[in-house]
Amino acid sequence: MADVKKIATRDSYGNALKELGALHDDVIVFDADLAAATKTGVFKKAYPDRHFDCGIAEGNMMAVAAGAAAMGLVPFASSFAMFAAGRAFEQVRNSIGYPHLNVKIGATHGGISVGEDGASHQCCEDYALMRSIPGMVVMSPADDVEARAMVFAAYEHEGPVYMRFGRSAVPVFHDPETFRFTIGKGEVLRQGTDVAIIANGLMVAEAVEAGKRLEAEGISAMVINMATVKPLDEELVIEAAKTCGKVITCEEHNILGGLGEAVCGVLAEKLPTPVKRIGVNDEFGHSGPAGALLKAFGLSAEHIVEAAKSF
Amino acid sequence: MTAEEKKQLTIAACKVRMGVIEGTHGAKAGHPGGSLSAADLFTYLYWKELNIDPKNPKWEDRDRFVLSKGHTAPGLYAALANRGFFPVEDLPTLRHIDSYLQGHPNMNTVPGVDMSTGSLGQGISCACGMALAAKKMGKAARVYTLLGDGEIQEGQVWEACMFAAHYKLDNLVVIVDNNGLQIDGAVADVMSPYPIPEKLEAFGFEAARIDGHDFEAMEAAFAQARQTKGKPFAIVMKTTKGKGVSYMENQAGWHGKAPNDAEYEIAMNELKAQLTEAEGM
Repeated sequence: MADVKKIATRDSYGNALKELGALHDDVIVFDADLAAATKTGVFKKAYPDRHFDCGIAEGNMMAVAAGAAAMGLVPFASSFAMFAAGRAFEQVRNSIGYPHLNVKIGATHGGISVGEDGASHQCCEDYALMRSIPGMVVMSPADDVEARAMVFAAYEHEGPVYMRFGRSAVPVFHDPETFRFTIGKGEVLRQGTDVAIIANGLMVAEAVEAGKRLEAEGISAMVINMATVKPLDEELVIEAAKTCGKVITCEEHNILGGLGEAVCGVLAEKLPTPVKRIGVNDEFGHSGPAGALLKAFGLSAEHIVEAAKSF
Repeated sequence: MTAEEKKQLTIAACKVRMGVIEGTHGAKAGHPGGSLSAADLFTYLYWKELNIDPKNPKWEDRDRFVLSKGHTAPGLYAALANRGFFPVEDLPTLRHIDSYLQGHPNMNTVPGVDMSTGSLGQGISCACGMALAAKKMGKAARVYTLLGDGEIQEGQVWEACMFAAHYKLDNLVVIVDNNGLQIDGAVADVMSPYPIPEKLEAFGFEAARIDGHDFEAMEAAFAQARQTKGKPFAIVMKTTKGKGVSYMENQAGWHGKAPNDAEYEIAMNELKAQLTEAEGM
C-alpha cells in the first residue's frame, strides 16, 4: 500500500466545503475554535465573511446553526465528533432534529484513531447518539473521494445530516471520475459468496484487505462499504446476507448502537443470519499512535480474517 | 403612545390572558404563571412591534420571535390566535393528542411560531443564528427572543450572549421576563441570577430596565433598541408571575398547573371585569 495516496477525510471535508462555497452563496460554516483541525479553516481562508467561529461553545453553535437554517441558509457546523454529537447532543436533538432544520454537522476526529489525545477525545458513541434522532442522516466516508462527494450530497439533501470524518490519513481507492455517491446506498466493493463484510469509515480499507487475504485462504468474501449508517441500505444488507449466509460488520465505534447493531436490527427482523460485530467492545480508548490503537482494539484486516474463519 | 393605542393594547392583553386560561384549562396542564407575566409583552410585540403578516405567516422578510422560555406557549398561542394566525376557538385544544397546539412551541405545526423551543437556553442561540443570517442575507428583519429569569441559569444563555455581542447583532433584542419565580421557588433562593441587566451589560449588551406591564415603557425601550447600533439590546422587565388572575399572582405553585373548573370561572370572571374596564378607558 506504500504507493497508494493517503488523505484524511477531515482534509477532504475542508476542501469540499471550499468547492461548495464557490458554487452556493447560501453555504455558511460554523466552527468552535477548531477550524485548523476540522479543516473548516480551508473554507474560512476562501470565504472569511461566511465562516463564523463560535468559540468553545458547541451547544450554542448547534442552536445558532439551527436559527440560520430557519432563515434559509445552509449551515455546516463543525467540531470534533465528541463535542458535536456528545456535548451538543441535546441541542442537535431539540433545535435541529425536532424542527427538522437543514443543518449539516461535519464532525471530525471520530473514533479511536484520534490517537494520542486519548479517550476523552475518542468518540465511539456518535453513530448511536445521532441514529437515535428521528430524521437525522448519519454517514461516514471511507476515503477522500467519497468524503467530498458526501459533502455535496449533504448540501443537496433537505434536512439534518451528521457526517463523521477521520483524523488519520486513509488510502484513496475510489476513482473521482466515475464515483457517484447516493445517501442511503451501500457500495459493493467485492463480490463474494461465503461471508459478507459490511464496513464503513477507515474500516473499509481493512475490509478490502481482509477480502484479499480470505480469498487466498479459499474463502469468498463480499465487501460492502456502508457509508450511510442511517437510513441504512436494508435491501443490500438482506441481499448480502441471503447470498453469503454470514455477516461481519466493521466500524470504528462502540459495537453498541452503531452500524453493527443497525445491520443486526434489519437481519433479526427480516432474515435472521449469524453476525459478528467488529468494533470497540464497549470500552474507552486510550492514548497511542492511531495505527497501534486500531490493532490493539481489534480493528484491522487481521481481526476481520479471524472473525470470518471463526463462524 | 396615544390613549386609544394604550386602550387597544390593554384590551388585547386581556384577551391574551383569557386565551391563556382557556388553553391551560382545556389542556388540564400547561404553564399559566409565566404566560400571564409575559402577556403584556406578547401583546406589545404582536400588536405593535413585530413586522408580521398573520395571513402570510411564512413571509420571508418578517421579523422573527423566538420564545426561548418555550413552556409559556399558552401565552404565545393566545397572542397568535387573537392576532389572526389561527382560530381562537382552537386554544382549548392545547396539549390534546390530536391538536396542532403542542405543549411547547412547534414551528412546523403552529402558524406564526418561528422556532421550536422548550428546552431552556436554546431559543436565544437560535435567535442569534437568525439575526446573524438576516444580516448576511441583507434582510431588514429584526429578531426578538423572550427568556425567563430562571432560564438564564442555563450556561448556554451566556454562550449566546457572548456570540450576540461578538458579532454585533444589533438586529437582536433579548427580553428577560423577571417575574422572580421558578418551579422550586424564588429565583433568588434557587440559584440567583441577579443582577441581571448588569450581567448583560458586562456581556456587551445595551440594557433597558422596565416595568413589564407598562406599554409606554415598552414603547420607549423598543425604540431605544432600534436606535442602538453595533451591539445587541436587552430588555429586563420586572413582572408579576400570574399577572391578572388574583389567586395566581406571585405564586410559584402556578408555574405549571392548570386551573380546575371552579378556578377557571374565577379567573375568567376577573379577566372579563378587566376587559370591561379596559373597554371603558
